[in-house]
Amino acid sequence: MRALKLAALMLLAVACAKEGANNSATASSTTSSSSQSVDLTGAGATFPYPIYSKWFSDYATATGVKINYQSIGSGGGIRQLSERTVDFGASDSPMSDDELSKAKGGPILHIPTVLGADVITYNVPGVTAPLKLTPAAIADIFLGRVKKWNDTRIASLNPGVSLPGQDILVVHRSDGSGTTYIFTDYLSTSVPAWKTSVGKGKEVKWPVGLGAKGNEGAAGQVKQTPGSIGYVELAYAKQNNLPIAAIRNKSGQFIAASVPAVTAAAAGAAKALPANTDYRISIVDAPGAASYPISSFTWILVYQHQKDAVKGKKLVDFLNWALTEGEKSAVTLDYAPLPAEMATTVKARLSTIDLSGAK
Amino acid sequence: MTSLPVDWLEKEKDRRTLRVDASAFSDKVYEALTAACALVVPGLVIAIAVAVFAAAWPAFAKLGLSIVTTSDWDVAAGHFGAAPAIFGTIVSSAVALIIATPLAIGVAVFLSEFSPTWLRQPVGFLVDLLAAIPSVVYGLWGIFVLIPLLREHVMPFLRDTLHLGATPFFRGPAYGPSMLAAGVILSIMALPYISSVSREVLMAVPRSQREAALALGATRWEMIRDAVVPYARSGIIGGIMLGLGRALGETMAVTMVIGNRPEISASLLAPGYTMASLIANEFSEATNDLHLSALMAVGAILFIITLIVNAGARWLVWSVSRKRAQ
Repeated sequence: MRALKLAALMLLAVACAKEGANNSATASSTTSSSSQSVDLTGAGATFPYPIYSKWFSDYATATGVKINYQSIGSGGGIRQLSERTVDFGASDSPMSDDELSKAKGGPILHIPTVLGADVITYNVPGVTAPLKLTPAAIADIFLGRVKKWNDTRIASLNPGVSLPGQDILVVHRSDGSGTTYIFTDYLSTSVPAWKTSVGKGKEVKWPVGLGAKGNEGAAGQVKQTPGSIGYVELAYAKQNNLPIAAIRNKSGQFIAASVPAVTAAAAGAAKALPANTDYRISIVDAPGAASYPISSFTWILVYQHQKDAVKGKKLVDFLNWALTEGEKSAVTLDYAPLPAEMATTVKARLSTIDLSGAK
Repeated sequence: MTSLPVDWLEKEKDRRTLRVDASAFSDKVYEALTAACALVVPGLVIAIAVAVFAAAWPAFAKLGLSIVTTSDWDVAAGHFGAAPAIFGTIVSSAVALIIATPLAIGVAVFLSEFSPTWLRQPVGFLVDLLAAIPSVVYGLWGIFVLIPLLREHVMPFLRDTLHLGATPFFRGPAYGPSMLAAGVILSIMALPYISSVSREVLMAVPRSQREAALALGATRWEMIRDAVVPYARSGIIGGIMLGLGRALGETMAVTMVIGNRPEISASLLAPGYTMASLIANEFSEATNDLHLSALMAVGAILFIITLIVNAGARWLVWSVSRKRAQ
């Protein structure tokens, strides 16, 4: 009898939830069709969501244009943009040629907005000074070739630090994420052995270690387990005061992750860009003495040909505002802004968007 | 002599027919309404099954049974072998049942047979309350309380003090996140379902059954073991299967404590993976069509396993109750 009651209750809950979902679905469809309440809709990456939502709210205050953004993940953002169910997408990794060719609205522009970075965080009992690591050492640890903290491949980089003979526990992300993409892109670029054995992607086949869900899961796992090492997003690490390793960059300098060091990496990479770049570029292991090597752009994705001239203009206006005014507030949320000269060239690219509404 | 006025009789007759008509009408409405409810639910199940299998079809067509039989899950290389996740789902649920079943039946027997009346309500209520805790809360509790406890005390105790490390089931380093952690979390989540159903069926055992056992000179323990529990067996099995269903499908709490490592290991101290965790982890960022379809295929396999479990439970309950009838 109790079981029956339980089942009835559960049914009721499902019915209510369904009702709620229906309501919100109708609500969102009415709001997106009536231009008074929401002007633009977007969907995609979760990583830049905090800064994007600040931009949308500041922009609405400044201009009255309302933007609705769903942070459903880069994959979902790309799918929805391809199906043209949103006005813009957002992604932490550039779209592949294959994905671009499937987009139903024609060519897509990648607009870099801000930069993110991964930091290496660790929990080594007795070690207080920041550890120094090279790309080769990081790859060896994450490949399971370096198994103990006092391995000479770590100890030789950290003279004067007394490292314990403890086993290393690797912690990686279990969910598909841009954070993993940046990290594996970095190791693939700078360590040939990594490229051939693991490669890069939003989820890869990890040779060793435990998977944890989300930045908070990975950071929590490292914090709790003595002897562990993992990678998390810079903003998350800064806000939670995690210990972070200094990484040797291309110029041989050990750089601790910081907002200016990430912007410097973008500036270093931007210098080498051809004028007609599509901005689908990786800036890991960027040149420059002050560059932090595990950095990446995050992108807003828009169609080159806007089918609705009014919406298209609103979108371009917003992106111009974001690249001018928006960049100034990035640093308050621990995102690195684009280098100034690059913001200028990206804005020039925005002016090529076709607003005629034709096609 | 006075007789009832004819018009009164007529009116009364009208009133009664009207009432009969009205109740016949409401019967019809009620019947239609319940029929609609009864049809909507199976319709929903079929609709979900069709959608999942349709989306999974490209992966089955391309990869065939290798999804089930191989254990290499490498998205970049296009390898989708979900055997470790299937293994993990089954093992973690089995561990959960091994822990939860005796505990839950113990609770149920105590509450129905021994407990003073004043204790029955509050304890029963608290056990039922376990079912109301959101799974993410279980997951957080797992990360911050259960895993450190397992890593620091339980795992070293099992492996070293009890020398279970000599068997393959408790070998290797104790990181914390593990199949064991997932099994323990799941056992707590499945427990209220099993104990709640068991308690109800135990309390429903007729008084005559108990009295007969006592009259034959059984002790209280013998009465419970030989007269009460066998009588309630089919209901208890139903409760266990309900708990198993809960354990097979649980996603969030397991993902947070199992370590998400797609490898088959005999050791319960080693991390593992489950089908539901795999889908939850990878679905939102899956862009590649085959990857998405492979995740759907994993969902379809989970669906089939749950169906088999449910069918098995039905069969078990049926055969147990038939045996008793003979």
